[in-house]
Amino acid sequence: MSDPQAPLRLGADRERCAGAGMCALTAPAVFDQDEEEGLVVLLHPAPAPEHRAAARMAVGLCPAGAIALGSPDS
Amino acid sequence: MSHDPTAVGTTTGATTDDITADDLPTLPTDRHTGCPFDPPEGLTALSDEPIRRMRYADGHVGRLVTGHATARAILADPRFSSRYELLHLPVPMGGVSGEIPPAPAGDIIGLDAPEHTRYRRLLTGKFTVRRMRQLTERVEQFTEECLDAMEQAGPTADLVEAFAQPVPALMICELLGVPYTDRKRFQGHVATIFDQTADAEATGEAYTALLQYLAELVLAKRAEPTDDLLSDLTTSDLTDEELAGVGGLLLAAGLDTTANMLGLGTFALLSNPDQLDALRADPGLAGQTVEELLRYLSVADPLLRSALEDVEVEGALIRAGETVTVSVQAVNRDPRRFPDPNRLDIHRKATGHLAFGHGAHQCLGQQLARVEMAVAFPALLSRFPTLRLAVPPQEVPLRNRSNIYGVISLPVTWDKE
Ligand code: SF4
Repeated sequence: MSDPQAPLRLGADRERCAGAGMCALTAPAVFDQDEEEGLVVLLHPAPAPEHRAAARMAVGLCPAGAIALGSPDS
Repeated sequence: MSHDPTAVGTTTGATTDDITADDLPTLPTDRHTGCPFDPPEGLTALSDEPIRRMRYADGHVGRLVTGHATARAILADPRFSSRYELLHLPVPMGGVSGEIPPAPAGDIIGLDAPEHTRYRRLLTGKFTVRRMRQLTERVEQFTEECLDAMEQAGPTADLVEAFAQPVPALMICELLGVPYTDRKRFQGHVATIFDQTADAEATGEAYTALLQYLAELVLAKRAEPTDDLLSDLTTSDLTDEELAGVGGLLLAAGLDTTANMLGLGTFALLSNPDQLDALRADPGLAGQTVEELLRYLSVADPLLRSALEDVEVEGALIRAGETVTVSVQAVNRDPRRFPDPNRLDIHRKATGHLAFGHGAHQCLGQQLARVEMAVAFPALLSRFPTLRLAVPPQEVPLRNRSNIYGVISLPVTWDKE
């Protein structure tokens, strides 16, 4: 299976985001929510090695499929 | 031997035409036997099949989902609708077993995108992880106040009345801008709305009364805005009616769900002394304990969706118009996702449970609920190191017929210093 520490490129789709905050809860170093709408803010599209596992977990937990791995756009 | 072998255990691959509703299981809800924290036995017995046919209260043939992966797929799929008028009820609720009226103004649970999205966007910014964490101090304050009062009045106490209800009620009232002193006017209505045994008339009256209360409040907020969510929302384009509806929903959800998690959760911890000791020894486990209790207890259940078109899930073809009942309590005990699922284990990583739902409707208030529970459980346990049930566990009255499971009361006692 894939190396959990392998480099990672993330994408976030604010149109799909439901503002549930699972990402900001799970990987606060990588995701935040904006103050007005509570929608996902991608802080680090290419997170540092120590945050990659949490970021992958956040992708799995997002209820709206709004954050994705390996998306070409940021 | 069965007189009709084809009617037994062969429903999976059958098409709707092959089977009659009478052959099918209904949603098992009877918890009267066995462990108060476990799903109804009849439900557990069905859990080997992640999705199966089921008969609904009005005779409709739909589906029951007990598998974690299947539930996630369905709840995240916009081809499944949440609109009330498209759903069939798995068990009669609020005296209704047939047609459900469309969502009233502001009731975002019963809407799909784009209507749902419009409301949701107005609200999500008020419930972010960061904002809810900023409330921690207020939650701590409320919690200590309730514990002070409980300590002075006891021992003994009804933990529900002294603690589990007031902490979330104080918080949601403050957040929304609802005077806590008015709670006698709406707490009973909220309980009636969630009560499956109440008749349609009583439920309707309770709902109307709750909305009436909020409508008055909305007018007051428009005239004189204060620093709270309802006042904030008066500057949006929501009508008075929509505002009252949104307020009613948030109030009801905020009052009853967390209260039942705190009451039933305390009961569960007291019944599992090893887990209780582990949490006492290391309050740093609070966050993880909250997730595990959410998974283990799954108090808000079930979730309903209706297929808008034919959809294939796990090899099962769900036809347009079929209602799907996702049993959260069964899903959160799916052994394929959570090993040894019937064990309360605060050391496990329970993240990924569906206690708050999944998809676009995933609970808006979940981060508030997390903060409340992560503060409340450790505070309670450290204040009362000798806390224990004041009655035998079998005598704790349970909310067996409510859409939000829990304890009706929880008599507790402790040693006075
Ligand atoms: S977890 Fe998904 S839906 Fe929730 S805030 Fe993050 S991106 Fe949005």
